Amino acid sequence: MEDIKYVFEVEKDDFVRAGETSSKIKKTLRELGIDSSIIRKISIATYEAEMNIVIHSLGGQIVLEITPGTIKITASDRGPGIADVELAMKEGYSTASDRVREMGFGAGMGLPNMKKCSDRFCVTSSEGKGTYIVIEVDLKAGE
Amino acid sequence: MKICEVKLILNAEVLCGEELLENEVSYAFGSDLMSDVLAFVKGKTLLLTGLTNQQVVRTAEMADLSAIVFVRGKKPGEDIIDLATEKEIALLLTRDTMYTASGKLYGNGLEGVTIDL
Ligand SMILES: Nc1ncnc2c1ncn2[C@@H]1O[C@H](COP(=O)(O)OP(=O)(O)OP(=O)(O)O)[C@@H](O)[C@H]1O
Ligand SMILES: [Mg+2]
Repeated sequence: MEDIKYVFEVEKDDFVRAGETSSKIKKTLRELGIDSSIIRKISIATYEAEMNIVIHSLGGQIVLEITPGTIKITASDRGPGIADVELAMKEGYSTASDRVREMGFGAGMGLPNMKKCSDRFCVTSSEGKGTYIVIEVDLKAGE
Repeated sequence: MKICEVKLILNAEVLCGEELLENEVSYAFGSDLMSDVLAFVKGKTLLLTGLTNQQVVRTAEMADLSAIVFVRGKKPGEDIIDLATEKEIALLLTRDTMYTASGKLYGNGLEGVTIDL
């Protein structure tokens, strides 16, 4: 398989288009014939990352990279960043507004979900800058 | 349980996905928190929810869910029905509340998702 790289822009507060990037990524992986359990993990993790950019950030982008052994998703945004990453990673921790909660978000499960779905997961963030998340899932031998 | 049985038990209206009603669901999960759905649902699961926005369909799409039941008669907009049609997700609408709908389905043998903490 040839190396593939796609870049998608994600707008803040755009709840109409929210999820489109994850949907496109899922479609791309399907077309490549990747195992459905791997697609599911990537889709869930990417969707959580996408919703976090829409809900919590000033906007950013999601990059899909496929190399022979691995699928890599990089989600980065322009801020405002996370002050305490360790706290944000805790299940149930959320700063989501009531408006966002009414839409079904704010369980504080997004970041832990991303980690659970990944073979390798890394989040770096600093206040005033932005949040940078890497999600990697390994392909099984023969794919 | 087949989705058409869910329809009968809940006296539900099919909003889209008539052709999917013969498909089976093995478990059901009721929630208005999409991240909980994404965290705990696995396999062929039916989602019951009181939310009617687009993100419910997106969540089902990402988690490979084949059917959603909207409870207490809350009908989603046409754009949401269109999205579900495109993604081949059956949408059902029941007048029952979350509690009643869940009880009826459980009583008819549709189990909940097991959660390992
Ligand atoms: N991209 C981001 N930019 C700024 N803050 C973020 C970002 N992502 C997460 N956070 C912060 O980390 C918290 C936890 O994120 P997480 O995704 O786990 O939960 P949530 O988005 O609040 O709720 P859920 O994902 O369950 O709907 C958020 O409430 C927010 O304060
Ligand atoms: Mg989140």
